[in-house]
Amino acid sequence: MRCSGLMAERKLIVPPDDVASMIDTAAGLMELQETIFPGGLVAQDQNVIEFRQVTKRFGTVAAVADNNLSVKAGEFLSILGPSGCGKTTSLRMMAGFEQPTSGEVFIRGQNVTGVPAYRRPVNMVFQHYALFPHLSVADNVSYGLRQRTPRPSASDISKAVDEALAMVRLDGYGKRRSYELSGGQLQRVALARALINRPAVLLLDEPLAALDRKLRRDMQIELQNLQRDVGITFLLVTHDQEEALSMSDRVCVMREGKIVQTGSPRELYDRPVNRYVADFVGKTNFFKGPSTDETLSVRPEMIEIAASVARLPEGLAARVPVKVLNRIFLGEHTEYRVASEALGEFMVMAPRKSEREAGVYDIGDMIAAGWRAESERILPNT
Amino acid sequence: MRIYAILIYIFLYAPIALIVGFSFNAGKYAMDWQGFSVEWYAKAFSNPLIMEALRTSVFIAFSTALLSAIIGTLTALGLERVSGWLRTAFDALIYVAIMVPGIVIGISTLIAFVSFFDLVNPWLTSAWSIKLEMGAWAVIAAHVLFNIAVVALLVRARLQGMDRSLVEASEDLYATPLGTFRQVVLPLLAPAILAGFLLAFTFSFEDFIIAYFVAGPNTTLPIYVFSSIRRGVTPEINAVGTVVLMTSFALLIVAQLILQRGQKTAR
Repeated sequence: MRCSGLMAERKLIVPPDDVASMIDTAAGLMELQETIFPGGLVAQDQNVIEFRQVTKRFGTVAAVADNNLSVKAGEFLSILGPSGCGKTTSLRMMAGFEQPTSGEVFIRGQNVTGVPAYRRPVNMVFQHYALFPHLSVADNVSYGLRQRTPRPSASDISKAVDEALAMVRLDGYGKRRSYELSGGQLQRVALARALINRPAVLLLDEPLAALDRKLRRDMQIELQNLQRDVGITFLLVTHDQEEALSMSDRVCVMREGKIVQTGSPRELYDRPVNRYVADFVGKTNFFKGPSTDETLSVRPEMIEIAASVARLPEGLAARVPVKVLNRIFLGEHTEYRVASEALGEFMVMAPRKSEREAGVYDIGDMIAAGWRAESERILPNT
Repeated sequence: MRIYAILIYIFLYAPIALIVGFSFNAGKYAMDWQGFSVEWYAKAFSNPLIMEALRTSVFIAFSTALLSAIIGTLTALGLERVSGWLRTAFDALIYVAIMVPGIVIGISTLIAFVSFFDLVNPWLTSAWSIKLEMGAWAVIAAHVLFNIAVVALLVRARLQGMDRSLVEASEDLYATPLGTFRQVVLPLLAPAILAGFLLAFTFSFEDFIIAYFVAGPNTTLPIYVFSSIRRGVTPEINAVGTVVLMTSFALLIVAQLILQRGQKTAR
């Protein structure tokens, strides 16, 4: 089923009469999607959002350069990169806050280039939540529904709001004002406010950056569960590689306006396309490569250590004597910083299990390190 | 240091306190205390000249406040959209409008109106046999002139403190630009607009200098007070002065409270 116009499609997202009865639980939400898109308008392999050669220039600077990003229906995709890499600009072009200098943006197969934000079937969770301070939590959450024509009835709206708040575990918070809520609660109100509209894609702009560490961890899990339950496509923009790796189905690494690599977290970690990705995704050691354009990368957890070179296991590609420079106990493993005359300084992650067998080494100890050939990655320096 | 501060405050406020005090004087002369009485308030409020002047003043102040609030808010919103030297120039002009002394506004408005009337009156008289002249509306025009700047400054300060992503959030939630303005921008600016309205009302209500130049045959309360003083200060004038003072104080305090409360909901 294809809808002829964007507006028609928007109206389909939440037929006002059905909202209350359908959004019962998270399962109800999925049922709703099934009813609205029989036969799967949002087929698993279809791109909900697609960039075709999108470029965005601010003055002479290209924030996004010839980008061909695509977001698959139902997935949790993260755009990962340092600040200024063009990830936020990409997100803003999806939301409609920015229009590309050249190229086209498609949402659910519709060309939405030039379409303003208020006519796009996507919703956003802002970095600092952007909750309306003059409205109650309930009025914030119902804001999107209240913009529809015809406007849903008051009782339908209030039911939908109650269910959206229940979904983010904020039952009974409807009457509060935003300044009465904690950071984590604000975050969940912002989520409810966006998800109640059943967007084609939920856009999340560094949503966890403003939370403290412990809360961030909880929200990561909550976001992931929420995404699975409601079955809405999530697109998260972040500079935090751990966040991107732990939550996403796919991660898209960007640098200077360009996509460097897109793949599952495991692919990015195990098979980075270049030195930049290897460095950005996870921790790694870089050694001199076979040529000046290449670098040898070995992940610290792939390096084995022993009391002496002779005690290292058989079949290692490299085995060198090293001196222990530093040791940090991290619970499940210990991080050693070691130095060898031939290779320079590098990092080793020794799992707790190996320590129980071989013991703990002290700073200043002369030990040995080595790794298997399959742990080596030769990466272009680009 | 503290004693100096107290002396300065006495110097500043003693004359005002005297006027307020002597407005409750039972005696006939302003500075000759005969006992407490509110008789002069009753006299003032039953004086048809004073009541007429009060009506004129309230009409002028209300019209000024309303027009300034609307035009000032539009000015502030418009200024958000320009940048560079144009914005700097407009900013400077807004401050100038506030700093220009009342007497300069009074004289220049008078001259402008007179030359304008000379230009259009012959034409108007021959066409519809009407004639434009000085009066309450000329005072309103002159007052609006500098009160636009007052409102614009307050609203701009509020706009600059406003989180821009609120506007984007509203658009993201399907509100049209007009819907966003009505549901988000206007409610958030409301405290500043209201405070600007009250300030404009106060400034217009208590203004003497500008009104004196362009009021024509109309008499505002400050003009009435000024002309009666020539016949000697009576407790009646003290009573009128106290009413003007208290009205201004009350409005200023309310405006300040609104602005402070608004700060809490700004983000």
